[in-house]
Amino acid sequence: MRITQHPILGKRDKQQYVKIICDGQPIEAIAGEPIAAALMAAGKTIFRYTRKKKDPRGVFCAIGQCTECMMTVDGIPNVRTCITPVQDGMNVQTQHGLGQVKANP
Amino acid sequence: MNHVELAIIGAGPAGLSAAIEAASVGVQTIVFDENQQAGGQLFKQIHKFFGSRAHQAGARGIDIGKNLLGQVAASGAEIKLDTVVWGIFEGNKVGVVTNGRNVICKADRILLATGASENVLAFPGWTLPGVMGAGAIQTMVNVHRVLPGKRVLMIGSGNVGLIVSYQLLQAGAEVVALVEAMDRIGGYAVHASKIKRAGTPILIRHTIKEAVGNGKVEQATIVQLNDNGNVIEGTERTLDVDVICMACGLSPLAELAWLAGCRFTDVAPLGGLLPVHDDNMQTSLPGMYVAGDIAGIEEASTAIEEGRLAGIAIAESLGYLTTTDATVKKQAVNDRSEQLRDGPFGITRREAKETLIRRSLET
Amino acid sequence: MTLIKDGYFSQTELAQLPGMPSRERLHEGPCVVIECAQQIPCDPCEAACHEGAIEIGDSIINLPKLDPSKCGGCGLCIAACPGQCLFVVDMTYSDTEGTVQFPYEFLPYPQKGDTVHGLNRGGDIVCDAEVLKVLHPKKFDHTAVITVSVPKEYAMEVRTIKIKGNHHG
Repeated sequence: MRITQHPILGKRDKQQYVKIICDGQPIEAIAGEPIAAALMAAGKTIFRYTRKKKDPRGVFCAIGQCTECMMTVDGIPNVRTCITPVQDGMNVQTQHGLGQVKANP
Repeated sequence: MNHVELAIIGAGPAGLSAAIEAASVGVQTIVFDENQQAGGQLFKQIHKFFGSRAHQAGARGIDIGKNLLGQVAASGAEIKLDTVVWGIFEGNKVGVVTNGRNVICKADRILLATGASENVLAFPGWTLPGVMGAGAIQTMVNVHRVLPGKRVLMIGSGNVGLIVSYQLLQAGAEVVALVEAMDRIGGYAVHASKIKRAGTPILIRHTIKEAVGNGKVEQATIVQLNDNGNVIEGTERTLDVDVICMACGLSPLAELAWLAGCRFTDVAPLGGLLPVHDDNMQTSLPGMYVAGDIAGIEEASTAIEEGRLAGIAIAESLGYLTTTDATVKKQAVNDRSEQLRDGPFGITRREAKETLIRRSLET
Repeated sequence: MTLIKDGYFSQTELAQLPGMPSRERLHEGPCVVIECAQQIPCDPCEAACHEGAIEIGDSIINLPKLDPSKCGGCGLCIAACPGQCLFVVDMTYSDTEGTVQFPYEFLPYPQKGDTVHGLNRGGDIVCDAEVLKVLHPKKFDHTAVITVSVPKEYAMEVRTIKIKGNHHG
């Protein structure tokens, strides 16, 4: 959920929007924001599943330290979505285990 | 970038303040930070700070951050963002990855201002999406302006737990309860009073027992503790929440100091194991300094003063300040720090700092 | 002990604060009530008062001391306090009602004339309150200062409001 009005931060400056694809669904994102912020705003909670137990994981530290929010982005697995800015047309996928690296991504 | 006079690692309040003091008297200074934005955690602090006018009291953390960035720009120091320092080697060599390239930068002086990491509490269900660190909540809510959920359970009543609860209320969430295992509120009463009068229950001698949910947090069970800190069976209560926020304290982020071979000591009131430093903020290794949370968990205001102290001492050691000038400047900084490390909350930190400095003299 | 266990003052704790005006003083006209009880390093309230009614002294950890004879209840100190623990109470508003002026950092702001819930220090709804004034000039830096009227017996109880239908402050 986006915070549109805030008593201290005020209204947001006019934003530029881009579109990313998450698991096949288009999601509106604000240019420059991290992937995780766009996904969280869209209500996504599960970012990946662990390798052995297939446990769901989501954003935990939001500053690129804990690696809980890793996803496969444009074919590259293990991308820390909390510190990777969105780009128009980016393809983001919920990651299962360690992800797969394609031969020619 | 292969050689600099001063390499500062971390562009938070301590690192930036050191850069201002050093660069403004002529020290060639570069600040490395792995983040996309300088300022450390200051830009997440949207509340008004305490202190006196000399500490910019009454200004919000975000505005103090903007002010520091302006001063850095005027000082001539260079900030390199999106740049990871991955190692420190003999001869004050710093391993840096910037623009996807690995560079070894030799620095005459190194300041470690790497800050802190959050402590976590492990409980059944703690890996579920929706369980987040307080810093993550602040980042999402105050920087990216995204609310991770609507009903929050806060764990920890230190200033971070109290302030983040208030910030969640400001952003439109409900803090269903704040639990604290101790028998009293850990942070400042004024922060507690703000959330209390807005309707947030503060439950001392309570902790979380379990988080459950299908794929994400849906419920949390909290439980009362007795005076020995043990669970009182039968006091379990289940709350419908979608976010559980941990505010369980901070620990110095000191890996680089370990790598470099700094001597460490354990000072519990400052967050545990720390590199020892002298009254110039210099570690046991000549030419290597620390400032801010890596030198003991305190607040942004004290980190700013420590950074200034380190910057002045470094400029002096490099010959950019005379001993007389440096002494005057250091005294002013120390006076301001002393004001912050006073009163029932501050005095423990002041004594712990004195212990830390005393231990730096032991061999 | 209520303050550090529950997050709000007991009446006994309140009465001991050096920033508390006497009952008599409160019935003479508007006056600040300084609910600051811990020696934390902080002093903006002292400079915010142009009348010299608030004194911190040499050390910034001193509790603010009020000279009630100098306070005219202007409320300029309210938004200056980083701890949001200063309030202005006026027991002379009418025969039956007093006013409370308090800091407020939530949206939406109430409107003048609104009837809202009056909340005590513990967050309980204790009475209805009528909004008399909502101030948020630039120099308050996003801390609004709101004045409400409440039944006199609640003027020393009510410390914030809740807009009817909203889940918090």
